Amino acid sequence: MSGNLATVSYIGATILFILCLGGLSNQETARRGNLYGVIGMAIAVLATVFGPHITAAGIPWIIGAMVVGAAVGLYLARAVQMTQMPELVAFMHSMVGLAAMLVGYANFIDPAVSVGLAPAEKAIHEIEMYVGVLIGAVTFSGSVIAFGKLSGKIGGKPVLLPGRHWINLVGLLIIIYYGREFLHAVTVAQGMTPMIVMTIISLLFGVHMVMAIGGADMPVVVSMLNSYSGWAAAATGFMLSNDLLIVTGALVGSSGAILSYIMCRAMNRQFLSVIAGGFGSDSGAPAAKSGDGAAQPAGEVTPISAVETAELLREAKNVIIVPGYGMAVAQAQHIVFEITKHLRDKGVNVRFGIHPVAGRMPGHMNVLLAEAKVPYDVVFEMDELNDDFPDTDVAMVIGANDIVNPAAQEDPTSPIAGMPVLEVWKAKSSIVMKRSMASGYAGVDNPLFYKENNRMLFGDAKKMLDEVLVALMS
Amino acid sequence: MPLTIGVPREVFAGEKRVATVPEVVGKLIKLGFKVAVESGAGDLANFNDDAYREAGAEVIDSAAKLWATSDIVFKVRGPSEEEIGLLREGGALISFIWPAQNPELMQKLAAKKATVLAIDTLPRQLSRAQKMDALTSMAGISGYRAVIEAANAFGRFFNGQVTAAGKIPPAKVFIAGAGVAGLAAIGTAANLGAIVRANDTRAEVADQVVSLGGEFVKVDYEEEGSGGGGYAKVMSEGFQQAQRDMYAKQAKEVDIIITTALIPGKPAPRLISAEMVKSMKPGSVIVDMAGEQGGNCELTEPGRAVVKHGVTIIGYTDLPSRLARQSSTLYANNLLRLTEELCKTKDGIINVNMEDDAIRGLTVIKEGSITWPAPPPKLPAAPAPKAAAAAVAVKKAPAHGEASGPMSGTAAAIIFGIGALLFLLVGAYAPEKFLGHFTVFVLACFVGYMVVWNVKPALHTPLMSVTNAVSSIIAIGALVQIAPPLAGDVARPDEWIRWLSIGGIVLATINMFGGFAVTQRMLAMFRK
Repeated sequence: MSGNLATVSYIGATILFILCLGGLSNQETARRGNLYGVIGMAIAVLATVFGPHITAAGIPWIIGAMVVGAAVGLYLARAVQMTQMPELVAFMHSMVGLAAMLVGYANFIDPAVSVGLAPAEKAIHEIEMYVGVLIGAVTFSGSVIAFGKLSGKIGGKPVLLPGRHWINLVGLLIIIYYGREFLHAVTVAQGMTPMIVMTIISLLFGVHMVMAIGGADMPVVVSMLNSYSGWAAAATGFMLSNDLLIVTGALVGSSGAILSYIMCRAMNRQFLSVIAGGFGSDSGAPAAKSGDGAAQPAGEVTPISAVETAELLREAKNVIIVPGYGMAVAQAQHIVFEITKHLRDKGVNVRFGIHPVAGRMPGHMNVLLAEAKVPYDVVFEMDELNDDFPDTDVAMVIGANDIVNPAAQEDPTSPIAGMPVLEVWKAKSSIVMKRSMASGYAGVDNPLFYKENNRMLFGDAKKMLDEVLVALMS
Repeated sequence: MPLTIGVPREVFAGEKRVATVPEVVGKLIKLGFKVAVESGAGDLANFNDDAYREAGAEVIDSAAKLWATSDIVFKVRGPSEEEIGLLREGGALISFIWPAQNPELMQKLAAKKATVLAIDTLPRQLSRAQKMDALTSMAGISGYRAVIEAANAFGRFFNGQVTAAGKIPPAKVFIAGAGVAGLAAIGTAANLGAIVRANDTRAEVADQVVSLGGEFVKVDYEEEGSGGGGYAKVMSEGFQQAQRDMYAKQAKEVDIIITTALIPGKPAPRLISAEMVKSMKPGSVIVDMAGEQGGNCELTEPGRAVVKHGVTIIGYTDLPSRLARQSSTLYANNLLRLTEELCKTKDGIINVNMEDDAIRGLTVIKEGSITWPAPPPKLPAAPAPKAAAAAVAVKKAPAHGEASGPMSGTAAAIIFGIGALLFLLVGAYAPEKFLGHFTVFVLACFVGYMVVWNVKPALHTPLMSVTNAVSSIIAIGALVQIAPPLAGDVARPDEWIRWLSIGGIVLATINMFGGFAVTQRMLAMFRK
């Protein structure tokens, strides 16, 4: 295959990748979009393998490596449970990050690449290499920590080192200093020390960054790492002068950046303050606690039993269910679907209201509900049904807290003030399913619980919903 | 030693209610109490002795024996002379008492060293007291029953119909007073299909009237009629004149008038004069729910239904009792909530805690000393009306897919400035080859931006897993390094590069296959 043919194949693959992302814009075309992605990837890989850059000697190695990778990848895809989706995505980001690091190192120790380059070109190429490995390393270690947090292997509470911004700044300065050293290095051996020091600092930086972010901000972190993995690919593309990598990396990078932006807006927070970390543990919570008495929700909560919940649901005409991370933890999505199906058969209009940051990654709730076979035309975004709550008889909140907190609108001193929330308290009655009265990730007390028309159904979501279903059936 | 709750049969003539129902008996027993019920106590409310026995109560034949065994007595109506005699020295009683109207009854109960909780003296302003508010639950039932009584006496349909036999106009119902009873009446009448109008001196209830399907009729006079604690107050003469004119006008137009106007501790206001009754159409109905306090209508005869000037005037004072099963159930639940407050330890012992605002308000006699009237409860400071709420003008985030508002001029200028500077630097120093890649990169970022904005939030997770799969294009980077055709004779650490590349390929391939497969699996689940 000639070089031109390979380039044309790359253009084809690029177009297919764009169509792939475009296809994701709605459910009908999404599957075709994914197929475009697969075809594009196949074309890109084949064009490379048979292209001018690989001699026949490499083919057996490539096949061996790809078979191993494919087997592991397919096994993971099959074995993963839908509730573990965020972990899997974080894990995969770490793969891309590590791959980018390895490619960068391989490129670095290969003297053949810089043969015949002009000095300016050589400097640019070295910067590209340096930056590529840096992004790859941050993506890798950050994703590993995110994976640990999401799978519960590491605590969800933000870990805040004293003077953490200074630590980051010092790290950055060291990286810049060694970047200069790296540019001045003539031989590979000379450049190795700066390269390794930079890699270690980048890895630590990734760990530190994600450790400092609380559990509620995980959707932002996951989409941010998604973005990084794209930038890592783009940086590798610059390093290798490969347009396909640049384009694809840029697509993925901007996609992740947009998702991060959407998530931040859904929480009414600045991107920088999320990255700076520590939500709900430093400035926010004490302000709420020491705040003037008026801000404190007063009164008492009214508990409700599963049987009474079933009665309320049975008599309702319009029901909106608001799921949160608690539903995912309790694996309650299937039983939620059973209840929905039962009520819909009875003519009750049951809908789902999804907050953009419900769960631990963007769209997490949608995937869980889809897994439980909930038809997607009864699942709505917050903006689509927030105005319908006054006409709703029962709003059922399953394992969510901050996203239904009226303090966001009513209390300007609240740490979550101004965050868009689902207005469940406007429904005729609301039921909150929760394990205890503990506050959500934001560490903010929820006045919803004390509202007159609110009832609390305490207990494990799955167990309580089981009881509700039994009561509904009887 | 758990206490025994006794529930005697109501002795007041015509009273059909009972103070507890079998369903609640079980819950009281769970709180640790023993429950005794007089034989036949629930008969008139359709709860027979067997039902109580099944629920775990002891059924006792005679009233005397029941009163003797009971530590706490639950009743609906206040005790009669004879019942006071039966009450144990130092016993406890929970029922309606109306201490203001019955000073003599209070003296007698005090003489028995009793502890008496009058359910009617509940501080209703406390939001946590609502679950025990028997006045509200009884008023709701009265409102419903008043409409049913009116429908019964009224010779026509409530809803308008067009039938083969001709067109039937809907009945017009006017409801005076939109308290709990009035609102229940509005809802019931509206559900039957009538045109409902209502009036109240408290202008703030207008929204509630409308929400139940009624139309709020305003009195043409400016005065605030809220008397605190959710009750109405006596209005000025000018207002009353304007109100009378409005009522006179309504009387001529409507078919049914239901009056619920009460002012606490005062005789009911006279809203409907004899002339107004005369002006009504023959066959019209007036239900006067204030019969017990003298009536809102001049011609009401408390406790009876009479026909005057061709208008049926119903002055029943026992509306809740006419729906005995329902009202007993609600009353029993109110008492259950009260018992829960009294017995927070759930060990069958009550603690009349006078520090508790709700309990303090309810307790009219404590161990023989009269504690009524209670000081006004320490209310939480009233929230500053709406000021705070208005302050949080929540910025409505632009809906998904819409462009966000144009950014401010300075912000745009700064961003463009920085962008221009960056491009200037790149243009000044970067070699030509780099610029080509840079162009591609910048354009690709824009394409990604445009494409991804259209993705539905529901598909954000698949989007992430597919972009993740796509980013395994980094495999190409590893592929091209594994065994490139070598130009010239450069010493190249082949072994190292090969293994690094193989590592890269394995990792990227895991991601590639895993990402696409899991995306496919997820997308297959989305269905209509």
